[in-house]
Amino acid sequence: MYAGRERPTGGFELFAWFFMRISGLLLIILVLGHLAIMHVIHTVDEIDFDFVARRWGSPFWRTYDLVMLWLALLHGLNGLRTVIDDYVHRRGWRVVSLAALAVIGFVLLAMGTQIILTFEVPSGQMASGLP
Amino acid sequence: MYRGREGMWSWILHRVTGLGILLFLAIHIVDIYLLGWPDLFNKLLFFYRHPVFRVAEVFLAAAALYHALNGIRILLVDFWVEGTRFHRQIFWAQMVLFLLIWIPASLWMLSPVVFGR
Repeated sequence: MYAGRERPTGGFELFAWFFMRISGLLLIILVLGHLAIMHVIHTVDEIDFDFVARRWGSPFWRTYDLVMLWLALLHGLNGLRTVIDDYVHRRGWRVVSLAALAVIGFVLLAMGTQIILTFEVPSGQMASGLP
Repeated sequence: MYRGREGMWSWILHRVTGLGILLFLAIHIVDIYLLGWPDLFNKLLFFYRHPVFRVAEVFLAAAALYHALNGIRILLVDFWVEGTRFHRQIFWAQMVLFLLIWIPASLWMLSPVVFGR
């Protein structure tokens, strides 16, 4: 395999380099699909609690959203980590900003995972599998 | 680090759009978490339905679309033998593709706000 640019030679940075490219490729499909369905085919005028409940009645869309959440958040957090690496040079500020990133990232990942996995579809709102 | 021309601008736009999408993702996780309180969730939806947000939504779509297309260019440069030679041409092809998708999609997305659907 030929690469036109430098890439990390090993360890965590090489893993992160591959993760950004693999998750990025999957996110192109997942996120553009999500935008097309929720913001082009449907609109925010139609989306409400019942809409999401109907959607999450289907295990397919719950799985889709969970995979998208994890990939997008980890991809974005790692992106912000590189930005912090590039611009924050003072040791104290680096430690503080990277620690804040880790804590906020963990809380967001936990919140998103919890609601997707534990959301209960109200009875009488059973899965139509659509949209 | 790039200096000037397509390489630098595509890199700056990739960073700015990425940070913007991450900021929205954080907000979006919090709003979806509110599904635990159905009445509150429905009550707060006026925010996303406001015309100002409908315009912001179109720019969010632009950020995601640019970041996706530029991501494909990065993959080509990193994994394709000729990628580095043609990265400028790929960038302009990508911008044409961006406009071809984004302009009709935004007009479609904004039409209910302007005309009602």
